[in-house]
Amino acid sequence: MSSDSATASIRSIDVGISLLEANDRLAERNRAEFRRRCITALNLLSSPGAGKTTLLERTLDQFGRETRCAVIVGDLETDNDARRLRRPHAPVVQITTGTACHLEAAMVARSAAAMDLSGVRMLFIENVGNLVCPASFDLGETARVVLLSTTEGEDKPLKYPPIFKSAQVVLLTKIDVADVLGFDRAAAIKNIHRIAPQAKLIQLSARTGEGLEEWYDFLRTLVPRT
Amino acid sequence: MHEAGIMESTLALAAAKARDQGATRIHRIVLRIGALSGVEPEALRFAFDAMAKQTPAAGAVLDIETVPACGRCEECDLEFEVTSGFIFTCPKCGRISGDLNQGRELELARLEIS
Repeated sequence: MSSDSATASIRSIDVGISLLEANDRLAERNRAEFRRRCITALNLLSSPGAGKTTLLERTLDQFGRETRCAVIVGDLETDNDARRLRRPHAPVVQITTGTACHLEAAMVARSAAAMDLSGVRMLFIENVGNLVCPASFDLGETARVVLLSTTEGEDKPLKYPPIFKSAQVVLLTKIDVADVLGFDRAAAIKNIHRIAPQAKLIQLSARTGEGLEEWYDFLRTLVPRT
Repeated sequence: MHEAGIMESTLALAAAKARDQGATRIHRIVLRIGALSGVEPEALRFAFDAMAKQTPAAGAVLDIETVPACGRCEECDLEFEVTSGFIFTCPKCGRISGDLNQGRELELARLEIS
């Protein structure tokens, strides 16, 4: 074919499809399946080391005694987090993503299918520690929980706005060490409210237990009554 | 670098659309990317250059239209473009809003095919 005839036959078509269409479709399927099974699914997002796993350990030990919980945890490598989280009363599945920097709906669907979710009312999905990429991927969660720890800068929400914009809940973690670190809590809270005024804010320390009751109370509001 | 994965699905989507239309070549791919989509256009371009060669989009032009973030004030019912970072301050009453009307787009808008 000569380039002239190729040019002559070029036509333009409007498409208008999401680039994440495949993921979004699977996420909707996950959401419908969770709803059918009366499971509330939370997508936990933060930078590495913000305290997702420690918070979940405490949550399984306390809140997990009254409400059956399960965890899907994502990391690039190792099953260290799954081993930390394993409890006789809570099924845990580790996803190792290799080099992928985020979880996708298909991975969550596969993991959920491999777990015994009978009686489970609360599914925590601990995403890969990353404040950028996971923001774009719907997993079918009921709500997004973004953690910011006091060991990070007060201006993290300003630096990584998309993920904070998408949060229904922001947890300010490790508040027990805020003073030692010279962390300006008021400034951090102001920044969270400026970027994510839609989000509920809970301040807590998984180590001392401060604020955990408020977190559990919030979780209780999400658990469907059966 | 989740842009590589996104470009992979973009090329698959484009190839499927072209095939549906009985086309064998893709000459132009037009994407609409919101300012708050969490996707970096430069990284998309980088991934496109690396991945398009083996597909019907080899040699195609990649156009990326960026869509500015647009907020809405619940108080004034006013829609406004966000210009100062990502803090959605209503230009009329100064209230900070979390409502996003526009800016999360991540869309294959148009194709030129033959």
